[in-house]
Amino acid sequence: MKKEELPQDKSALEAMTRELLYVKNQDGKYTTGLSTGWEVKKDALDNAWDDIHERVEKAREDVRNGIKSPVYYFMELKLMDFPVLSAYTGFWGFTIKRHMKPRIFEKLSDRKLGKYAKAFEISIEELKNFKG
Amino acid sequence: MEKEFKHIQAAHCENGATTSLLRYHGLDFITEPLAFGMGSGIFYLHIPFLTISNGPAITYRSMPGWIFNRTCRALGIGVKHKKFSDEIVAQKYLDDILLKGAPVGCQVGVFNLPYFPPEYRFHFNAHNLIVFGKEDGQYLISDPVMETVTSLSEEDMLKVRFAKGPLAPKGHIYFPETVGDVSTEMIKKGIQAGIKRSVREMLYIPGSIGGVSGIKYTSGQIRKWRDKLGPRKAGLYLAQIVRMQEEIGTGGGGFRYIYAAFLEQAANYINQEKLMEVSEDFTRSGDLWRESAIQMGRIYKGRINNEQKDFEVCADLLEEISAIEKQAFIKLKKMKL
Repeated sequence: MKKEELPQDKSALEAMTRELLYVKNQDGKYTTGLSTGWEVKKDALDNAWDDIHERVEKAREDVRNGIKSPVYYFMELKLMDFPVLSAYTGFWGFTIKRHMKPRIFEKLSDRKLGKYAKAFEISIEELKNFKG
Repeated sequence: MEKEFKHIQAAHCENGATTSLLRYHGLDFITEPLAFGMGSGIFYLHIPFLTISNGPAITYRSMPGWIFNRTCRALGIGVKHKKFSDEIVAQKYLDDILLKGAPVGCQVGVFNLPYFPPEYRFHFNAHNLIVFGKEDGQYLISDPVMETVTSLSEEDMLKVRFAKGPLAPKGHIYFPETVGDVSTEMIKKGIQAGIKRSVREMLYIPGSIGGVSGIKYTSGQIRKWRDKLGPRKAGLYLAQIVRMQEEIGTGGGGFRYIYAAFLEQAANYINQEKLMEVSEDFTRSGDLWRESAIQMGRIYKGRINNEQKDFEVCADLLEEISAIEKQAFIKLKKMKL
C-alpha cells in the first residue's frame, strides 16, 4: 500500500489515537504513516457490537421470562464467555451453567453470589434483583 | 546517569514494546520491522472445531512474549520475566523496579484499560505496554500503539495486570536485564535465524491448519460457511476475521507490510538483492489481505444480501495469498543469506 492510499476514515479509535501502519513512499521504500481509521474495520466492529447488543437483549428477555438467571444476562452484558467467567469466579463451567437456571440461582448463598457480583462489578442486590 | 525514556509508536504492541525497551538500553539500530523479523512474529494457525467469541479461532501471530524473547536472545540480551499470584507483591515489585529508573514491559488485559475506547474493550489479555515511571501515585505509560504517552492509576494498573481468562497476564513483567555490546555480525545472524524460523513455521508445520496451508484451510472453510451456518452467521464470522486480521496493526495486511519492511531493512545487513524481490511479494500479499477484508466487508455490511459467489471471491483471494506466501517463503528458504 502506498502512503497516499492510507485510509483516513472515521472510527472509534479516533478518540484515543491514530494508528501507525507501514506503507510505501514515492521512491517505493517502506516508511510509516498514520491513519484515523478504515471503514472496512469500522463496519466489522459495528457488526460485532450489533451482535453483542442482540445477545444482551435476548438474555434480558430470557431472564424476564424465567428461562435464565441473571448470571446469564450479566455474563453477556460484560462480554464474557464461560472460560472468562469461570476464571473470574473460580466456578467450573458446568457449575455456572447450573447457576443460570433460575430455580438454582434463587437458592445460591450470598458467598457464591458475591463471587459473581465481584466478577460483574455490581452489588449482590443488583444481581439478585435483576428481573430483565 | 539518568537516561530518558523515549516513547515510540508502533503498528503492533509487542514489536513496539521490544523496540522501545531495547532503544532505551542503547540499541539505536533496532526498529519495529527488525524486531518483528528477528522475533519471527509472522505466523498463522486456524484451529478447527473451536470458536472464540462466537467466531472462528484463527491466530495470526506467534505466542505472546515470543517476539521479545527471541529478539533479545538473538542479540545476546539477558531477559527478566516475572509473573505473580499475589497482587500486592506484584505492585511492590513494579514500584521497586521503577525506583531504579528503568522502563519495564507489562502484559495487560484491555477490558479494563480506561484509555481504550469502549468499543475496543474486549476480554483480550495479550496487550503490551511500557511503564516508565510513577508520579503522584500514577503510573506513566507508553502504550506502543498510541501516538502519545498516557497514565494509569494504581487501581486500574492492578486490574489490567490481573485480568483473567485465556492468556491471563498474571501480573507479567519483563525487561532486558543485561545488555552487552551488539555487533553487526550478531544482528546479521539474528536476521538469518529469524527468517529461517519463519520459513519453518510457515511452510513445515505438519497438517493443513498452520502456516501457508492454514490460510488455504481457512479459504476452504469460507466456501462452506454459508451453507453450514446460514448467511447471517457466516457474515458474522467474516466480520470477526477482519477484526482480528486488521485491528491495530495485527494479522493480515498490517503484518505483511511490516514483514516486507523487515526484508527491506535486512538487505542493509545482508548482501542479497533477492531480499528486495521477496519484500515485494509480501507487499503484494499485504495488498491482497486488505482486498480480502474489503470483500468480506461487502458481505457483512449487506448482511442479508450475501450470496455464495461472494464468499467464493473471499476464498479465492485467501487461496491466492496462500500461494504467493508459499512461493515467497520457498524463495527465502533457497536464498543464500
